[in-house]
Amino acid sequence: MHDPEKTLLEGSVSEEILQKWEARGVNRRDFLKFCSVMTASLALPATFMGQIAEAMEADNRPPVIWMEFQGCTGDTEAFLRANQPTAAEIILDYLSIDYHETIMAAAGHQDEAAKNATVEKYKGKYIAIVEGSIPMADGGVYCTVAGNSALNIAREVCGNAAATIAVGTCASYGGLPAAAPNPTGAVSVSEAVPGATVLNLPGCPLNAENLTAAIVHFLTFGKLPATDSFGRPKFAYGKRIHDNCERRAHFDAGQYAEGFGDAGHRQGWCLYKLGCKGPETFHNCPTIRYNEGSSWPVQAGHGCIGCSEPQFWDSMTPFYRRLPQVPGFGVEATADKIGLGLAAATAVAFGAHGVASALRKDDDSTVKRED
Amino acid sequence: MSTLEIRYVWEWPVRLTHWFNVISIIVLSVTGYYIGDPFVSVPSTSSYVMGWMRYLHFIFAYVFALSWIARLIWMFFGNRHARFLAFAPWASRDGWKNIIGTFCFYTFLRRKVPYAVGHNPLAAMAYSCVFILFLIQIVSGFALYGQFAPGGLWDGIFGSLLVTFGNQGLRLTHHLIMWLLIGFAIHHVYSAWLMDIKEKNGTLSSIFGGYKFIDPDEEN
Ligand code: HEM
Ligand code: SF4
Repeated sequence: MHDPEKTLLEGSVSEEILQKWEARGVNRRDFLKFCSVMTASLALPATFMGQIAEAMEADNRPPVIWMEFQGCTGDTEAFLRANQPTAAEIILDYLSIDYHETIMAAAGHQDEAAKNATVEKYKGKYIAIVEGSIPMADGGVYCTVAGNSALNIAREVCGNAAATIAVGTCASYGGLPAAAPNPTGAVSVSEAVPGATVLNLPGCPLNAENLTAAIVHFLTFGKLPATDSFGRPKFAYGKRIHDNCERRAHFDAGQYAEGFGDAGHRQGWCLYKLGCKGPETFHNCPTIRYNEGSSWPVQAGHGCIGCSEPQFWDSMTPFYRRLPQVPGFGVEATADKIGLGLAAATAVAFGAHGVASALRKDDDSTVKRED
Repeated sequence: MSTLEIRYVWEWPVRLTHWFNVISIIVLSVTGYYIGDPFVSVPSTSSYVMGWMRYLHFIFAYVFALSWIARLIWMFFGNRHARFLAFAPWASRDGWKNIIGTFCFYTFLRRKVPYAVGHNPLAAMAYSCVFILFLIQIVSGFALYGQFAPGGLWDGIFGSLLVTFGNQGLRLTHHLIMWLLIGFAIHHVYSAWLMDIKEKNGTLSSIFGGYKFIDPDEEN
């Protein structure tokens, strides 16, 4: 039977490329699906599919050095488990991952040598990926790999890379390690290596699909995608969660869950009053979701905590309240309690003033009394 | 006491912006409070309570902003009670005398109210602060508003504030200033009423009609 979708998809990718991928064990449907998902993720018109397929075909598999510093390996987990039309497989097959502490077979001096060899040989050509923040305090002693500080490693590896991708909020903005009082002096990659070309892919963890799409963009166009004022690619962080949320109709209607497990919560009402930070957070979670598109926090019934925003651990807390604490007041004092107190105090003060003013004897020598 | 003079003190742009401000602040505070704490939950998904609240908030946000700008422009063209200097009594010696005099009157240290044709100096200083609070409210408001369309007009103008002060910082500021303005409104209405009684020159009605009844002997 004639399948219009198939014709459209296959029409733009040459038979030759499809056959090559089939020879590598990726069936054509999966490869086409991969290309179309990437095109869509990057918000490109469908006509770019062919170009993306060709970019994946060029014979210069870029080497990748993946470094892990002060992080939790959540981004590695997210990426290795990525499964969107075998996205990870395709991209992992395609890239040459020369160094990745969690998955590499080599150990010790051997893999240090592999890393150094890549930096030497592919200077200015390889992709550096950083996971975790970089501690600056006390000369960077709080995170060392093979006796070298994270700071030194990042400066060398990111400084010589064609492009650096900071994966996760820690690498992008310092994340949890940098939360107040930031004992290790943790900073982001772009702060630690100011000269490097860095793309931030924050999120806790980042969404593997955005990483795959960012790499594909780099391979296809030879440069990193356009970013917003926080160095995040617009294709993934260009829209606010709140504006694409599936619970938005309940927000506009005025239907809010007041507590976890209450009637409103069970009916999927908006999580605004439970402190959802969707109105403050830019990320494509509602559209691409996590884990093969199966779910994301708000869908699962928990408000957004703003994990892809800079300093979220300090600025988005308390997580279960909408507004931050008013500096200088106790934890129980919300902005409204303080405000109401202020308004009441004003009213009482002026009320008292009014009574006193009414009772006082004025100088009214100029007033003529009516008889 | 000589014959009272009828003086046109508050010209129409002053009165007009004053009342636009009053209406906007009331609507913005009610809708803003609801936005901050949606205290009514409705049973039907086809309602649009928050939707209307935000819609009204944004309509009156424009009204308020335009009113602020119009008043700013009138600072250059209005009479002496409407200009910048009228709001900066601290800038002159006479002003200082009046500030101290009015302060003493409010604190019951002096029986006779210092006479003011335009703003009393303490009120004038309060208005200077409030004028700035209005500006902060408008700027933080439009910065928050701009988020629905990154790269759009408002994001382009005020988006950098979201980077400098943080989204939550701006929200908290926007929210707290509402309470400061409510506090101001209480003080303002009370003081106008008090001065209406004590100055006996038609202060309250002057903001409706623009006229005050001035005793030239008392003027200083
Ligand atoms: C007297 C002036 C105003 C008052 C008293 C006021 C009050 C408020 C309050 C209390 C909130 C809730 C904040 C929160 O808890 O998150 C709010 C939200 C907001 N206000 Fe205002 N506001 C004023 C003027 C403006 C102006 C001039 C704008 C300009 C567009 C504006 C735009 C907004 C926006 C965008 C929000 C957030 C709406 C949302 O998150 O859905 N406000 N306002
Ligand atoms: S659940 Fe959060 S993101 Fe979704 S509509 Fe409600 S406040 Fe917005």
